[in-house]
Amino acid sequence: MKILVAATALVATVSGVYAQLSVDEIVNKANEAAYYAGKDGRAEVEMKIIDKSGSTRTREFTLLRMNAKGGSQKFYVYFKKPADLYKQVFLVWKEVDEGKDDSRWMWLPALNLKRSIAPGDKRTSFVGSDFVYEDVSGRNLKEDKHELVETTDTQYVIKNTPVDPDSVEFSYYTVRIDKDTFLPRKAEYYDKNGKLYRIVEGTKVETIQGYPTVTESVVKDLNTGGSTLNTFKNIKYDIGLKENIFTERFLRRPPREVTR
Amino acid sequence: MRNLNFKFQVSSFLGALLLVTGVYALDTELHGFVDGRAGVRTQNDPYEDDRSLTELRLQLDSKTYFDWGDFSARGDFVYDDLATDQEKVDLETGEGFFDLRELNLLFTPVDWSDVKIGRQILTWGTGDLLFINDLFPKDWNSFLLGRDEEYLKAPSDAIYASFYPSIGSFDVAYMPRMDADRYIDGSRVSYWNPMMQSIAGQNAVIDAQRRDEWFSDYELSARFYRPVLSWEGALYGYSGFWKSPEGMNPDGAYFPRLNVYGASAQGAIGSALANVEIGYYDSREQSSATQFVPNDQLRFLVGYDREVAKNLTAGLQYYFEWMQDYDDYLDDPRVNPDTARDELRNVLTLRLTQMLMNQNLMLGLFTFWSPTDNDAYFRPVATYKVNDHWMVTANGNIFVGEHDYTFFGQFRYNSNVNLGVRYSF
Repeated sequence: MKILVAATALVATVSGVYAQLSVDEIVNKANEAAYYAGKDGRAEVEMKIIDKSGSTRTREFTLLRMNAKGGSQKFYVYFKKPADLYKQVFLVWKEVDEGKDDSRWMWLPALNLKRSIAPGDKRTSFVGSDFVYEDVSGRNLKEDKHELVETTDTQYVIKNTPVDPDSVEFSYYTVRIDKDTFLPRKAEYYDKNGKLYRIVEGTKVETIQGYPTVTESVVKDLNTGGSTLNTFKNIKYDIGLKENIFTERFLRRPPREVTR
Repeated sequence: MRNLNFKFQVSSFLGALLLVTGVYALDTELHGFVDGRAGVRTQNDPYEDDRSLTELRLQLDSKTYFDWGDFSARGDFVYDDLATDQEKVDLETGEGFFDLRELNLLFTPVDWSDVKIGRQILTWGTGDLLFINDLFPKDWNSFLLGRDEEYLKAPSDAIYASFYPSIGSFDVAYMPRMDADRYIDGSRVSYWNPMMQSIAGQNAVIDAQRRDEWFSDYELSARFYRPVLSWEGALYGYSGFWKSPEGMNPDGAYFPRLNVYGASAQGAIGSALANVEIGYYDSREQSSATQFVPNDQLRFLVGYDREVAKNLTAGLQYYFEWMQDYDDYLDDPRVNPDTARDELRNVLTLRLTQMLMNQNLMLGLFTFWSPTDNDAYFRPVATYKVNDHWMVTANGNIFVGEHDYTFFGQFRYNSNVNLGVRYSF
C-alpha cells in the first residue's frame, strides 16, 4: 500500500515536472536537439529524390555545421554528386535575430567564382529536393505561434501557426516531439484549406557521442506524389572546427574535413 | 615550335592523369563530361560561316590529394568542325584539339597563406558578366558563340598566393608571361574594323603581336579584401596590358601597357544584394604619329540583385566607361568622327532567372542594353536536367544595334542560336 502510494506520488511528481514545461520550453529544447547538437559537427548526406513515377535523382554532400554567437550558425555544404555539382560549395551564415537575413554563397569551381545568393524565400526547394531550405537549417521559432495540443505517453504534439500567414504556403503544421530526447519526429503541414499535403518524418534515430540524432529522414509531398529520403552517415560532433573554415579561403581550398 | 610543344603537353597531361589514377594508386577523383553543341547564325554574315558552332568536347577533371596539398588537372579534348586547323594546338589561344584548363598544385606553406602554382582559372570582382578589376583572360569568342558560360574564363599560367593576416585577406597573382584574352579576331566572329571603317571577319583576321617574352611581359594582379561593417570591401591593383589588342603600331595590332586601380564593395540592402565597383584604367603608353593607344578610362558599375518571386531572381546593373582626354581622341587624325566612340558609354544589364520543375528546368535571360550606343545584346537560355547525368540546353546570342561601329552593334551579323547536349560523369 505504501509502495503504491509512493509510486503514485512519483508518477504525479514526474507528470508534474512535464506539466511544468511550457510550450516555449518544449519547442526550444526541440530546436536545440534537432539543429544545435554539439559545438559543431560533420555528416555525409545522401539525398534520394524520388518523383511519382519512381525515377530517382541522387545528391551526395558533406555537411559541416558550427554554432556561433547567439544562436547563429554556419554551414558548409560540399557536393560530391551529381557530377554537374561536383566540387561546388554552398555556404550559409544563418542568422536568428529579427530582421536579419541569412547570408548565402555558392562556390563555382569551374569559374573560380564566389557568387552571393540573394536572400530568398526559405520555403524554396533545397537543391531540387522535396526538402525546403528551412527544413535543413531550421525555421526561426519566432515565426510561429506554438500551442501544445496533445501530450501522449511518449510525445508532445505542438501546433504551429505562422505569425505572418501570407509569408508561407501552409496554414499551420503540427510537430510530434519525443519526450525522452526532444527530437521532432514527425511534422505534418496543412494547406490553406486545412488539407494535409506534406509530411516530414525522422525515421531513424541513433545516439552519437551522447547526442540523439536523426540518421534517416523522409519528406513526402502528397500533392506531387514525390518524396525525398535523406540518409546521414559518418556523423561526428565536436570535431573542433575553426570558424574561418566558413570563409572564402576555404571555398577556394575545400578543407580535408569535407573532401576526404 | 608550338606544334612541337602540343604533343608534349597533351602527352604529359594524359601521363599525369594516368600517373595519378593508376600506377601509384593515389587518392584521386576523376570526373568530367562529354558536351556536343551545334549552332547557326540567324542571318547571313558575309564574312563568316553560316554555322556558328559544331563541336564535341570531352572534359576530364582530376583531383589528387596529398598530405601536403592538392593536384588538379583538367583539360578538354575538342573536335571542332569549324576550326581551320585542328592539328595545331595552341594552349594560349585555345585553338586545336586540346585545351588545357587547369594543371596546378595547391598547398599551404604556412598556416596563414595558400599558394596555387600552374595553369588555373582566376576570377574576382563584383560585376555580373561585366568586369572592371578582373583583368584575367576572357574568351570572348566562346561567350558570343554560345559555349557554356564557364568558357568565358580562359586559363592563366600563374603563381597565385593568398595571405590571411588578421587585418584582412590579400591575394597576389603573378603571370610571368601575359595571358591575353581570346579576343575577337574575325576568324569566328565578325567585328567592326576601325582601320577599314567597316565590318570585317575572315577577310581581315587580326593577328596581333603577342606579348610572349617570359618575365618581361609579365602581369601582376593584387587584391586586398576584408569585411567593412557588414559588407565586404576590396581594393585592387593591376599592372600589365590591355587584354585585347586595342593598340596599333607599324607592325599592326598589339597590346599596349595598362595599369588599373580600383575598389569594390558588396553586401545586403534589406532583402537584396547590392554591389558597387570602380576602376581607373591608366593607359601607360602615349599615342604618337606611329602608334595608336587607347585613352585612360574610368569604369564604374553598381548592381542590385533580389528574388522577385519564388524561384525567380532578377539582377540589375548600371555600368559606364568614361573616356578621359576625349578631345585628344577626337583630334587624332586616325579617328573618324562619324564612327568615333562616345566619351561616355552607358550600359544597363538585367538578368532574369526562373527555376521550374524542382529546379531541373532553368530559364534565363541576360540583357545588355546601351542607351548611348543604341545597341543591345540578349542572351536567352533554357537548360533542362534530364537526370543525374544528362542535360540539354538551348541558348541564343542576339545582337541588335543601329550602327555597325558600336560595341554590341558590330556583332549584329553574328546573332546565333544553339542546341547542346551534355553527359556528366
